[in-house]
Amino acid sequence: MDQRSRVLKMYEMMYLIRKCEEKINELFLQGILPGTIHQYIGQEACAVGVLFDLRKEDYVVSTHRPVGHALAKGVPLRAVMAEMFGKATGCCKGKGGSMHLGDMEVGMPPAIAIVGAGLPIAVGIGLACKMRGSDNVVVCFFGDGASNEGAFHEALNGAALWNLPVVFVCENNLYAASTRVDKAMKVENIADRAVAYGMPGRVVDGMDVLKVNEEARVAIERARKGEGPTLLELKTYRFCGHSRTDPCRYRNRKEEEYWLSRDPVKLLAEYILREGLAREEELADIEARVLRSIEESVEYALSSPDPEPEDALRDVFYGE
Amino acid sequence: MPRMTIAEAIRQAIREEMRRDPTVFCIGEDIGIEGGFGGPFTVTLGLAEEFGHDRILDTPVSEILIAGAAIGAAIAGMRPIAEVQYADFIFCMMDQIVNEATKMTYMSGGTVKVPMVIRAPVGATGRGAQHAQSIEGFFTHVPGLKVICPATPYDAKGLLKTAIRDDNPVLVLEHKLLYGSKGARSERAALSLVEEVPEEEYFIPFGKAVVCREGRDITVVANLLMLYRALEAAEILEKEGISLEVIDPRTLVPFDYETVIASVAKTSRLMIVEEDTRRNGWGAEVAAQVTEDAFYYLDAPVKRVATYDVPIPFSPVMERYVIPSVERIVEEARRLMSS
Repeated sequence: MDQRSRVLKMYEMMYLIRKCEEKINELFLQGILPGTIHQYIGQEACAVGVLFDLRKEDYVVSTHRPVGHALAKGVPLRAVMAEMFGKATGCCKGKGGSMHLGDMEVGMPPAIAIVGAGLPIAVGIGLACKMRGSDNVVVCFFGDGASNEGAFHEALNGAALWNLPVVFVCENNLYAASTRVDKAMKVENIADRAVAYGMPGRVVDGMDVLKVNEEARVAIERARKGEGPTLLELKTYRFCGHSRTDPCRYRNRKEEEYWLSRDPVKLLAEYILREGLAREEELADIEARVLRSIEESVEYALSSPDPEPEDALRDVFYGE
Repeated sequence: MPRMTIAEAIRQAIREEMRRDPTVFCIGEDIGIEGGFGGPFTVTLGLAEEFGHDRILDTPVSEILIAGAAIGAAIAGMRPIAEVQYADFIFCMMDQIVNEATKMTYMSGGTVKVPMVIRAPVGATGRGAQHAQSIEGFFTHVPGLKVICPATPYDAKGLLKTAIRDDNPVLVLEHKLLYGSKGARSERAALSLVEEVPEEEYFIPFGKAVVCREGRDITVVANLLMLYRALEAAEILEKEGISLEVIDPRTLVPFDYETVIASVAKTSRLMIVEEDTRRNGWGAEVAAQVTEDAFYYLDAPVKRVATYDVPIPFSPVMERYVIPSVERIVEEARRLMSS
């Protein structure tokens, strides 16, 4: 794929995640969508930049904020939307919900909503990749909050010790729920912690999808060649609350304005136009196509059947 | 037919399964270190020589990593056997087991499978409160987890092979005093359990209890070490004309109510003996279920004989006091007969 096509595809996916999340928020606020939501708005460059060059057979381990990761890894939009509604046609047949999106067909086990708990599991998937002699890799997303969990320590130590093909991607959006990162750790960069495990750690601008992609490709390549794990810290920001209707009273407006001025979707659009990779009308075409697909996915989800209540009693054990 | 201890029978099961299936591997602390002891109770001794250190994988002291790595590997097509040095340490991996291992299949709508085994040595053995617990009650409560407790070498091999081939997380509770580990790793108060174990392949299905001793008066359901105490109590009571029917459930999830209720239909009395502490234990569940399903067979209230609801004390005198003893079982059985 040439650079122009790559960048336009990245834009399409980022725009899709952004608009999909906005639609989900709208449906949630209208009371149409059940449950709770943890939105990815503002962090789109992280999922897209990291996952863009991953193969279908590679794995991704996600968090309670999984919409961006799921779409960028290739979980079909309709199945994501239907799962948000708890429908039988959802990617988890309605048993997962907004925090547990996944689809093993594209290498994504159900997202793990216990903070930090996905890291040791990613290590295990990496171990399996290595033991089976494949060159598949695992990308493990987590937040700044997770880097303070004990599981982070055990997982990074293990992955480094066994030289496993895992790329640890910390999306540092500065807040673990309402707790600002400087209230939770003394170090400025989470990537600096990599030193403690004997693996490379890189700080990356998480609002610049091309920079993210560049660093991710290095880390993925390193993992694929059997050279071991990397810790990437993507400095980013969520443009929404932690969950539901959180008004973010714990953040100051100046900080928000700064990060909003670095909107990753907008930055990429500007880059595309500046570099002459596409004209405005071409971007508008992409956007219109994306918006149609989202509308279509909502119709699909709403018209999908609910699961039978008794289906709740199935799948406790595999194959039984 | 070779005669084996439980430790040897478990090792044999692991060896057979690892020879057959390259996706089976062991992961845990001190399990394959050269010059080490093959896990705390010698179960994996010698396996690294045959299978190498990639498949008998020693870990740092990192229980979250052990559990998480097993789950992840299982999701991605392997069949890990994770070892916990002492069952008490399993609480360090509680989140991984309860929130992750047992929910992946369900949360994925039945598409993800997690075929993993966790082996954990239970039982009070003069080591104080943190190397002593029986943990059945915590884990029989969790949907999505199978819990098994082999008490003989024959059962240990057959049940473990079934566990390894199961497509779900299986917790294997092994009793420290039943291993029969030899040499420097032997336990002072250990029972000497050696029996013939077939070299050929066999499997014991989950959810099939075994009647270890037939009797008329009281059905006694007891697992692991308590099975042997119940059998000893039965010998004593036989001389007094009280006849115990002793059942080893062998697996707690799934549980074979059919066998227990059929026995209660005959004896009209039920006693459950467990080494786990009493409150909300598996014995409470069995008592409740049998009362619901077979109340009219019962001539007396169901009796539970369990460890008192205290941490396990170190003092040998106190430890003996809190764990159900043969004497306590005998005493409670006499009382049950007169009620």
